[in-house]
Amino acid sequence: MHNIVLALCLAIFSILSLVLGLSQFSVVKLATGEDLVSQIIILSRIPRVASIIMAGMAMAIGGLIMQQISKNRFVSPTTAGTIDAARFGMLVVLILFPRFSAFGKMLLVFVFALGGSLLFMGILGRIKMRNVVFVPLLGLMLGNVIGSVTTFLAYRYDLVQNVNTWLTGNFAMITQGRYELLYFSLPLLMAAFAYADRFTLAGMGEEFAVGLGLNYKQVVTVGLVIVSLLSALVVITVGRIPFLGLIVPNMVTLYLGDNLRKSIATTALAGAVFLLGADLLGRVLIAPYEIPIGLTVGVAGSVVFLYLLLRGERR
Amino acid sequence: MIELRDVTKKYDGIPVVDRVSLTIEKGTVTSFIGPNGAGKSTLLAIISRLLRQDGGEVIIDGIPIEKWGSSELARRISILKQSNQVNLRLTIRELVSFGRFPYSQGHLTAGDWAAVDQALAYMKLTDIQHKYLHQLSGGQLQRAYIAMVIAQDTDYILLDEPLNNLDMRHAVDIMKTLRALVQDLGKTVVTVIHDINFASCYSDCIVVMDQGRIACSGGPQRIIDRSVLCDVYELDFHIETVNNQRICVYY
Repeated sequence: MHNIVLALCLAIFSILSLVLGLSQFSVVKLATGEDLVSQIIILSRIPRVASIIMAGMAMAIGGLIMQQISKNRFVSPTTAGTIDAARFGMLVVLILFPRFSAFGKMLLVFVFALGGSLLFMGILGRIKMRNVVFVPLLGLMLGNVIGSVTTFLAYRYDLVQNVNTWLTGNFAMITQGRYELLYFSLPLLMAAFAYADRFTLAGMGEEFAVGLGLNYKQVVTVGLVIVSLLSALVVITVGRIPFLGLIVPNMVTLYLGDNLRKSIATTALAGAVFLLGADLLGRVLIAPYEIPIGLTVGVAGSVVFLYLLLRGERR
Repeated sequence: MIELRDVTKKYDGIPVVDRVSLTIEKGTVTSFIGPNGAGKSTLLAIISRLLRQDGGEVIIDGIPIEKWGSSELARRISILKQSNQVNLRLTIRELVSFGRFPYSQGHLTAGDWAAVDQALAYMKLTDIQHKYLHQLSGGQLQRAYIAMVIAQDTDYILLDEPLNNLDMRHAVDIMKTLRALVQDLGKTVVTVIHDINFASCYSDCIVVMDQGRIACSGGPQRIIDRSVLCDVYELDFHIETVNNQRICVYY
């Protein structure tokens, strides 16, 4: 039921996003096959909608997996050092290997993202005080440490502007030929679907999972690899999208529970709808100018995040 | 049959389980008792491969535990630890369905769902199967976990302190259920229990552990005895026979 509603929203938002800003006149022209308008649609609008949908799904699923394997619902790629490490990787690529192909850059950024996530999980494993709020704070701290190294290096190499581009996600620059890397997120999402039960089981705790014959360490590693790849793909094509990976999975599991098999499809859809909606809002509010999506999502997200925090530890 | 041969586990060079050898027969209820820190829970974790022993052998049905595949072993032995509370928003039915994971890896067949339904019915949870775990009382929650273990359908069921935080009625319920699992379904139940009188009334065999070693083992009539318990617990025991069962008074 909720999936049908979300799918409908997704369809409506997508169409809106495709035609928003085109005059009625151009829509008629499009229907009659006018060349320039269809060019705009193909070169700019379709890439934009496609990349938003994929990035929204990727960040939402990434957050869902992170929350499950860290057993903490306030953890997501943006609060676990993953995204910051990916940005750091992006800077290293710019400084050392500017001639890499897009795919090569993505792989290197992925390595950094995975390193950041592993570092976070490693620190988590050593810490006794696993308070619900303390854990994401630790991730934010780790992310900020990595972030300040990134900023320092960016100053030294005069790349502050470029780094800031990935600080705030933006879909305005997406055109044909600049987002196709994101299609790699689709097989990753499928892998996440296939592993849904294993992630749920891992979320029950290591001993519980091992008792049921699960290869716990392998499942956690697979989860971190999927999350890091998704994060790398999003950072390299769109930039950092804060809070989405945190609030969308939380809102969904609030209603559907923590059984991933039940919630994973809804989470993916909700992530796409949320991001599309935020993008539309950013384009409408101060039209004909645009608010970068990182900002709209950030404002909406921080409010919901605050609500979830104040709601306390009730699960 | 579960065989332990010289099983040893050390933390920082200090043995927590010290050269334990023991045979657990099929179709019995075996209870481990002993003071805190005697190594009971550690031993149970080793038998269920949650911990790896530092020395000695654990042999399950003739095969050393290391040789078992993870899923195969999960179809032979199940473990419930009181300390492992699931902190997820799951319904009873969802929890119990994960008991079938070793068989189906998440893709439950009609047969798997039938096993889930049976387990729910056996634990009288059918009516509340769609309730979330965090909405349950302590007694219901423990029944839900046991239903999951029943769905897992293993020959051996290991339980670490299954009566923790339960009132007398619910504790009696759980112990009767464990007895029934042995009698009706031919299971083998191994528990760690702190309440000696529960161990005395519901076990076929009691293993007394002290400082990582087995102090003594045997039937309740032999073990629930002043000469055995006073030493181990450093308490003065008064033991009566009520309805043919040995009852300790030590309060």
